[in-house]
Amino acid sequence: MPYIPHTPDDVQAMLQAIGADSIEALFDEIPAHLKAGHGLDALPEGRGEMEVTRLMAERAEQDRFALSFLGGGAYAHHIPAAVWEIATRGEFYTAYTPYQAEASQGTLQVIYEYQTLIARLTGMDVSNASVYDGASGLAEAVLMSLRANRKSKSRKVLVPDALNPRYRSACEAIVSNQDVELVSVPFCTDAGQTLVDSLSPFEGDDYAALVISQPNYFGSLEDVDALTDWAHANGMLVIAVTNPTSLAILTPPGEWGSEGADVVVGEGQPLGVPLSSGGPYFGFMACKKKHVRQMPGRIIGRTVDMEGKQGFTLTLQAREQHIRRSKATSNICTNQGLAMTAATIYTSLLGPDGLASVAGHCHANTQKLADKLCAIDGVERAFSAPVFHEVALTLPQDADTVLARLAEKDILGGLSLAKDYSMKNAILVNSTEVHTEGDLDLFAQALKEVLA
Amino acid sequence: MSNETTLIFQHSRPGRSATAQAPKPVSEDQLSAIPASLRRKNKPGLPEVGELEVVRHYTNLSTKNFAIDKQFYPLGSCTMKYNPRGANRAAMLPGFLNRHPLAPASHSQGYLACLYELQNFLKEVTGMKGVSLAPMAGAQGEFAGVAMIRAYHEARGDDARTEILIPEAAHGTNPATAVMCGYKVREVPVGKDGDVDLEALKEACGPQTAGLMMTNPSTCGVFERQIEAISKAVHDAGGLLYYDGANLNAILGKVRPGDMGFDVIHMNLHKTFATPHGGGGPGAGPVGVSQRLLDYLPTPMAGLDEESGDYHWIDTDTLPTSIGHLSAFMGNAGVLLRAYFYAMVLGREGMIRVGEYSTLAANYLLKRLEAIGCQAAYPERRASHEFILTFAKQAKDNHVTALDIAKRLLDYNQHAPTIYFPLLVPECFLIEPTETETKEAMDDFIDAMAKILEEANTNPETVTEAPFTQPVRRLDEVKAAKELDLVWSE
Repeated sequence: MPYIPHTPDDVQAMLQAIGADSIEALFDEIPAHLKAGHGLDALPEGRGEMEVTRLMAERAEQDRFALSFLGGGAYAHHIPAAVWEIATRGEFYTAYTPYQAEASQGTLQVIYEYQTLIARLTGMDVSNASVYDGASGLAEAVLMSLRANRKSKSRKVLVPDALNPRYRSACEAIVSNQDVELVSVPFCTDAGQTLVDSLSPFEGDDYAALVISQPNYFGSLEDVDALTDWAHANGMLVIAVTNPTSLAILTPPGEWGSEGADVVVGEGQPLGVPLSSGGPYFGFMACKKKHVRQMPGRIIGRTVDMEGKQGFTLTLQAREQHIRRSKATSNICTNQGLAMTAATIYTSLLGPDGLASVAGHCHANTQKLADKLCAIDGVERAFSAPVFHEVALTLPQDADTVLARLAEKDILGGLSLAKDYSMKNAILVNSTEVHTEGDLDLFAQALKEVLA
Repeated sequence: MSNETTLIFQHSRPGRSATAQAPKPVSEDQLSAIPASLRRKNKPGLPEVGELEVVRHYTNLSTKNFAIDKQFYPLGSCTMKYNPRGANRAAMLPGFLNRHPLAPASHSQGYLACLYELQNFLKEVTGMKGVSLAPMAGAQGEFAGVAMIRAYHEARGDDARTEILIPEAAHGTNPATAVMCGYKVREVPVGKDGDVDLEALKEACGPQTAGLMMTNPSTCGVFERQIEAISKAVHDAGGLLYYDGANLNAILGKVRPGDMGFDVIHMNLHKTFATPHGGGGPGAGPVGVSQRLLDYLPTPMAGLDEESGDYHWIDTDTLPTSIGHLSAFMGNAGVLLRAYFYAMVLGREGMIRVGEYSTLAANYLLKRLEAIGCQAAYPERRASHEFILTFAKQAKDNHVTALDIAKRLLDYNQHAPTIYFPLLVPECFLIEPTETETKEAMDDFIDAMAKILEEANTNPETVTEAPFTQPVRRLDEVKAAKELDLVWSE
């Protein structure tokens, strides 16, 4: 019996101790007519590890591709071998939420170190132990801003159209049930940026917060100082959505404008987590100290034991569902422990200079790629704003068709902007440190052929 | 066990780094397109350490954890069963790890095939009509479930339904979820035998009832025998029935939530389908629904074109009534692949055995613990896959609490069960051994409990001051909450 160790003798001994004749007798409290009584026919017969591994290996192989320039919120980076070898050690992999702190100091200290890393990257005072992903993290930040902005009575939050549309839709799906309204802020179609000028129509109205995405979905860098100061001058909190790699070289949200952002969230995947079809990733979430009691999710604190020795424990649990039930800050119960552990190891391995180098290569490769692609007739940058590691390009032909033809050549050549932005001929391309000059040339050559 | 107490930041030395891991620095020239005003002025204070220091530090930290791979871990309602290593290897095959979430369907057929089959397996074992794998954890599955209930009532113009009913023994996530979905919560009392107070439930049902959230077997560790009457009462009032799948392991292959009358259910794959808990996550919380909620399932889902044999995504463009996306992409994909592996290895006979042997283990452990003097909270009842003990007597007679006994168990190299949950049983343990533990492992736990009960009588300090063998003694949690130290500073 796979993963069940009992011998017939064990079963007999256990039934005898219970005083039952059979295992079936243990289900005598379930009304008989409810019992399944069928063979779960849609399930196959069980197989051994070898057969199932072979099947899954064939399927994994089926999805292989030569080259990818897809970004849109998930990015390919080099992941040091040590990261997952350590993160999948049984002691991390098969532990649970550190309810028994004394027997969980490993996990607890990792989280404390993680919180410190995130606070330092974002320039914020405190961090939680992570949430599910960047998009759901934004939803939590929006709900948090309603609680934290005491001056505002509004249930409305300003959200730029240049925010990742997948963040927008997940956030909407989560917060709309509580009658929270996400109000759209248009972007400048020349620059591909959210301009302070476009915010003036909202002046004088009550909004709990302004969301600022740096970089935004088009890869464009926003004038975060001006946007932050505008929001604060108008009584709003600032929710920053950022890419953690970029923070090695870009101004951290804690230093935006004269006061800094109030809450920071983002997708942690670039920090050592594989693309893996979209998860498990982790959302990071940090804030100013004065808002910490409004922050959802697990939080670890450093304290001392009864002998005065340093130790770590879950803290501020009075915010959480298992204590506060219907009055909790969120229903979230877990963090993304394993992914967050990987990110802690990754960030420690890279260090400040290593991460800056990764960020620098991402930017430089993306610039280079844009130059190479824009050398093709009819291909040009869609926007004028400077970018981090993603850039929108307009093509002389229908974007979806071009991308499908590139895919036939095994090149995933970017994301179409047709559906989300009605930019029929526009694509979004990303490059990171994993691409060589040769990779960029291959892409340019393939695109040239497809467009010819 | 390691004595590592220094933080990774304290290993930091300016100029040291894991040189093999980062590309060579780029020149300032190559960054000139980024305006100076947007550039970071000071380096972030990340640790500067070599590769060996990092590997050693985190390896040493890992040894300070209890884990299923090391100890019996009978945390009630958490289903800490063995996490097959084969599932991890399969999910970490390069083709799966490198697949971008937005890769076109042409380059996703292998992955989609796994998801499509997993959806079907879950439909079959739960008796539901449709399954979405999108929710990223149990709590998010709950959210999806209640959001679908809301969408269903709204689509019918039935907007007087403002209340969700929840038995008082329920997990805290249930009421917190109902509130996140914009509902008021009304708690329903539970009787002395662990079953819901049916009369009180009937009285609570009315035109304001949107639905009832319940776990069965309940968090009292017993099967709710009146489930059909409960189902009828809620349905007659126009409400829907939500099944919290936290305890699905108990009945897998025995009785299906769909057959009990539930309209919507979430499953915790990190419990029932043996995916790892990872020190607090990631989990996966797929949802299953009856016919009337099919149109509201969260997207994306995997679909199959029977004619061509090609798999595709079902998204909001083809299912506009869906409650939408709950994450940027499609949930915790890697967890789903691990659950798929597990389901394939178990197959249909294996699924049926899960409920049987987890129930056998729990009933064995309960009877043996009763025999050494432990008090069951519901002595007249069968255990499901878990059961509750109460140490109210020890607390009164010896001033030894459930917390003390839990801490002392750590000294005996046993992870403590869930404590002080459900809230309605004083000084309680919620114990879940799972089907993957040997009889010997359970016997060791029983021996440890016998010794602790003896110590509680003869030498209570060894219990009330425990643990003595862990990296730290009991922690000052008041100080942790009052003098917040959440981030390290030099």
